[in-house]
Amino acid sequence: MPFISVFDVLGPNMIGPSSSHTAGACVIAFLARKMLGSKPKKVEFVLYGSFAKTYKGHGTDRALLGGLMGFGTDDVRIRDSFDIAKKKGIEYKFTPNSEVTDIHPNTVDVCMEDEKGKRVTVRGESLGGGKVRIVKIGEVDIDFSGEYSALILVHKDRPGMIAYITKILCEHSINIAFMKLYRESKGNKAYTIIESDEPIQNTVKDDLYKNEYISQVMIVQ
Amino acid sequence: MDFSNAKKLLELCDSNGMSISEVMKQREYDEGTSSKEEIIKKMRRVLEIMRNSATTPVNTPMKSMGGLIGGEAKKLNDYSQEKKNIGGAVLSKGITYAVAVLECNASMGLIVAAPTAGSSGVVPGLLLAMQDVYSFSDEKVIDALFASGAIGYLAMRNATVAGAVGGCQAEMGVASAMAAAGAVELMGGTPAQSLDAASTVLMNMLGLVCDPVGGLVEYPCQNRNASGVANALVATDMALAGITQLIPFDEMLETMYLVGKRMPVELRETALGGCAVAPSACNACGICG
Repeated sequence: MPFISVFDVLGPNMIGPSSSHTAGACVIAFLARKMLGSKPKKVEFVLYGSFAKTYKGHGTDRALLGGLMGFGTDDVRIRDSFDIAKKKGIEYKFTPNSEVTDIHPNTVDVCMEDEKGKRVTVRGESLGGGKVRIVKIGEVDIDFSGEYSALILVHKDRPGMIAYITKILCEHSINIAFMKLYRESKGNKAYTIIESDEPIQNTVKDDLYKNEYISQVMIVQ
Repeated sequence: MDFSNAKKLLELCDSNGMSISEVMKQREYDEGTSSKEEIIKKMRRVLEIMRNSATTPVNTPMKSMGGLIGGEAKKLNDYSQEKKNIGGAVLSKGITYAVAVLECNASMGLIVAAPTAGSSGVVPGLLLAMQDVYSFSDEKVIDALFASGAIGYLAMRNATVAGAVGGCQAEMGVASAMAAAGAVELMGGTPAQSLDAASTVLMNMLGLVCDPVGGLVEYPCQNRNASGVANALVATDMALAGITQLIPFDEMLETMYLVGKRMPVELRETALGGCAVAPSACNACGICG
């Protein structure tokens, strides 16, 4: 059983009103931004289930936009995130989707585009108590919580990739707590997600990019 | 130092001559990753946020995002300022603070979930009111928060604090039990009395359903935070008067959990039953139409 801290009971410190609809939404967008890895210029949030029904009253929209701008769940600027986003020149849109129903009730797709036109779409689920799960990046089903330092790699699906990646991590003394592999199809784009107990230094990125088959390295922590 | 139920907590208190808060602090230090100084510093921050959220709306009323609440804390404060209140000073201040925290929460202010956002007014409501009336130091109130935390931890570990799983009795019931245990320790009661008070609260709030109008954390949540303070106060006075409970806390927690699991889904935070479907509530909400 994982340790339950007194600050899990008296906490989280959060902007209200709801740990799932406000704090959790903020965390999903915060992680999505890290996965984009650059400054978002345009964003569309597609809301499903209970998110689609109650997002205004729960401030889910403000929390999502705040998270996208890097605000934490206890950041009082969340309330003013519409104005702040406008000042930063970020175009945003919220689209409730009530047609898709076979989905976790608190689900959101974060569709981002940066200044150079790079697009990334991330799907997240808010599980309650501020805990979340990222379940999709692009068209690929994945699963990570953001509770650990994570390294997300996009690379070609070919022999030796994992050996190369783990060798680099070994050289940087990074202990792998969890590791998951996903791919779009055989021989094409693949994703490796590595979660670690320790913070991951940016210098790891440079070494990983030396491999011609690694197209993107994202550090989410 | 760790404990998995209230019986073991009580044994630890008795064999080491410690209060519940001392055991809970030691547990956090032994089992967690923070230093003793960091633990106290974090709890000091918890108290600071609690105090801001409990006092700001009293002077500066805030309209909720869903529009169902706002201004209740100021009304209660004005009323007791005019000395019209029937309940005593602790109850009057306690319910004022409790509704204030919910006002703050519902208008996207900063709060501490205790144990949840929807029930975040009860613990600060009662403890801050007692501090005002009896002039307790912050250190004493911080200790009481650790004692409250012990009850919440046991509820999270052995039952649930989620309205979607166990109804409002799991959220407000546990919050109120936490407040009662902290209040007993603050008044110099024994660990056994704290646990008896917590048991009494769960008994008195058993079966309470979670039925938020429009699915929002506003109404009846705010009213229930006030009633959570009152229930905690009743249980605290009973325990300190020397009344012991037939059903110990561990059994009462299990009872609450079993009742929660038997609740129909309509009465567990889905807004499909209870107050949420009363005609006036449906008219005010307008989400379905």
